[in-house]
Amino acid sequence: MAEVIVVTSGKGGVGKTTTSAAFGTGLAQRGKRTVLIDFDVGLRNLDLIMGLERRVVFDIVNVIQGEAKLNQALIRDKRVDTLAILPASQTRDKDALTKEGVQQIIEELSREFDYIICDSPAGIEKGAMLALYFADQAIIVTNPEVSSVRDSDRILGVLQSRSRRAEEKRERVKEHLLVTRYDPARVERGEMLKLEDVQEILAIPLLGVVPESESVLRASNTGTPVILDNESNAGQAYKDAVGRFLGEDVPHRFLEPERKGLLRRLFGGRAA
Amino acid sequence: MRWLDLFRARKPAQASASAAKERLQIVLAHERIGRTREDFLPKLQQELVAVVARYVAIDPNKVAVNLDRGGDMSTLEIEIELPGPQAARLQAAASR
Repeated sequence: MAEVIVVTSGKGGVGKTTTSAAFGTGLAQRGKRTVLIDFDVGLRNLDLIMGLERRVVFDIVNVIQGEAKLNQALIRDKRVDTLAILPASQTRDKDALTKEGVQQIIEELSREFDYIICDSPAGIEKGAMLALYFADQAIIVTNPEVSSVRDSDRILGVLQSRSRRAEEKRERVKEHLLVTRYDPARVERGEMLKLEDVQEILAIPLLGVVPESESVLRASNTGTPVILDNESNAGQAYKDAVGRFLGEDVPHRFLEPERKGLLRRLFGGRAA
Repeated sequence: MRWLDLFRARKPAQASASAAKERLQIVLAHERIGRTREDFLPKLQQELVAVVARYVAIDPNKVAVNLDRGGDMSTLEIEIELPGPQAARLQAAASR
């Protein structure tokens, strides 16, 4: 049986899709058979972040409505051969997703894959509810910012009351905190919530901290999951997080501001 | 003197992160309670107004309920405007 992991946050724009792409690619790089499902029907973007937008023929709604076979809709990644994505539909609305349809897709994918990563849309409406409903584990993507932390807390409540595991009173969905867009220099100046504060407030185990980094935009510009950029802090932070997820003991990095020498301070050059 | 300011250290940016933490802790403490129980305020208001109305004639539209959620203490403020003697007499006459 595959593990179903939802990447969620409540709030939009915090890095769910970036995380789904990076984390999924990271698992696949470790040889895990991994499939990413985009649940953001109507506003699909995972295909673009993954650089697979030109290969989309069928989507999840086509499969649910029986217009295409699951295998026809799956796009196999050419960079990492154990990775595939199931794109969302661009033209239909959220109501095209049904619980039964999603369940059938997940069951079928379970036979072929080790990990099924569900990239949730923002909000707590149908698409987001379906993305988390079948989850065994959840990665809560949070920015060190009040509205993001509040929404994460809300989503944690939803996970523990509205997921299938909660409804069937089984073992609870395993939660992981992933703090993204963390800026240690601003934290040091007291302008941004500290990692410890976010952890204390949300009180779930920390999977990783991804620093604010220019490489994330560069990666999305080119359609390359940021984890494939070995030079970037963000990519390395995602690699570390994948390691921790697989049970390795990896120390946290990028929590302190980079000390720049005088020359670099004078002539610019920001975080990679 | 203005030019003396040049020698002073630049004013440090305001450290607002602690305010963020404090506000979050307060709002989440309340939201977490509300999650398990449904919002009781509308019902509380209804029942209170019903009790008061048993003794005094009141206008249900002149009831204000305010809740101020604080860290250590919250206050629930209920303001019920009672009709003046004239209005009460008129009402009584109307109901006869």
